Amino acid sequence: MAAQLRVLRRRIRSVQSTKKITRAMELIATSRISRAQARVEAARPYAKEITKVLSALAGAAVSLDTPLLVERENPQRAGVLVVTSDRGMCGAYNANVIRAAEELQALLREQGKTPKLYVIGRKGLNFYRFRRREIAQSWTGFSEQPGYENAADAGNTLVSAFLAGSDDTDGGAGADGVEGVDELHVVYSEFRSMLSQVPTARRVAPLEVEYSAADSADTAESGESGGEGSSSGPLPSYDFEPEADILLANLLPKYINTRIFAALLEAAASESAARRQAMKAATDNANDMIQDLTREANQARQAQITQEISEIVGGAEALSTVGSDE
Amino acid sequence: MAEMSVELVAVERRVWSGKASSVFARTTEGELGVLPGHAPLLGELVEGGVVKVRTPDGETVTAAVFGGFLSVTGEKVSVLAEAAELAAEIDVNAAREVLRSAEDGEDASSARARAAARLKAAGETV
Repeated sequence: MAAQLRVLRRRIRSVQSTKKITRAMELIATSRISRAQARVEAARPYAKEITKVLSALAGAAVSLDTPLLVERENPQRAGVLVVTSDRGMCGAYNANVIRAAEELQALLREQGKTPKLYVIGRKGLNFYRFRRREIAQSWTGFSEQPGYENAADAGNTLVSAFLAGSDDTDGGAGADGVEGVDELHVVYSEFRSMLSQVPTARRVAPLEVEYSAADSADTAESGESGGEGSSSGPLPSYDFEPEADILLANLLPKYINTRIFAALLEAAASESAARRQAMKAATDNANDMIQDLTREANQARQAQITQEISEIVGGAEALSTVGSDE
Repeated sequence: MAEMSVELVAVERRVWSGKASSVFARTTEGELGVLPGHAPLLGELVEGGVVKVRTPDGETVTAAVFGGFLSVTGEKVSVLAEAAELAAEIDVNAAREVLRSAEDGEDASSARARAAARLKAAGETV
């Protein structure tokens, strides 16, 4: 009996210390969400401006046959960038993103394109490595607090792979010796709210036609920002320094980097939100467990006391009967 | 005096915004000054450049800008940068240190340009 009580108390202590950890992680995740959201907000002015500049350029540039804007005629390979987290303990966050990525890859295969994997985050990397899937390149170590350098790093790799294109000659790499891709997709978790993060797959290259996208973005944003008169009406004719074509060619990779950076920030916010939820559930479970175990321990303690009393009473009675016999 | 609104935005944050009477920057084609009423213009700034904004009060805001673009539309100027730092935020000693270590290695030309731009923006001689 005494042993059982000791075991129960030990388990309570262990659950309590686990609870302390999960509770701390919950609090950290909660504070990270608001910070991540602030970063998403802070990155918005740049995204807005670069979209405006691009739409101006796309409207003015004489030729739009920059490789980043034109659909390839016969796409063979598609790059898929999967954004996962570095650490677990965030519920189904990674599983959801990876499932979305798998669905996208199945779709691409159906369309006759070979998917080529680029992975961000240790969890995704481990998932594909364990299944012995080929990974073109991976980046890890910044999923919770991504910097722009990280996005630019990944973005530059993707853009150069895209610009190389899949000019394959039966089986081997093409003339330039690079296994390029014809399309770029990003799979990440979109942050809808504290409770809902939706895995999303987006195509970043070739880019959709810019001006229509920018116009709709402008009208959507003018509602909240009080409306800027300059966005409506015909676009002014611009001077370009250097030439429009060169400018476009230099600007587009940066634009893709911005898109990837935005995806990383969203993913970071989602990760923190998912972790907060998972850790809250774990803390609640620990509380329940401690309650159950405490009840069990109390029962055991009472049983032990009862037994001791009955042993004492029994012993005293035995002694008194021995005494009266004489 | 005529004014225009200027926005200096980096990828991660809005660095500065406000009214200005003139903006100076260097594009890949050459030095460029923008006064209010300038014709619409899009330009690519040199890697590791310095942007100067003169406010209507006569103050000058200086910033080191990396990987930037300049866009002028009507009465608005926006400077887009991968990274930007205002002169006041620049750690001169750290920049000097980077510059010195970059001089030893040949391959760190972009780090060198960055450090040089930061020093220039902070008003130091390189």
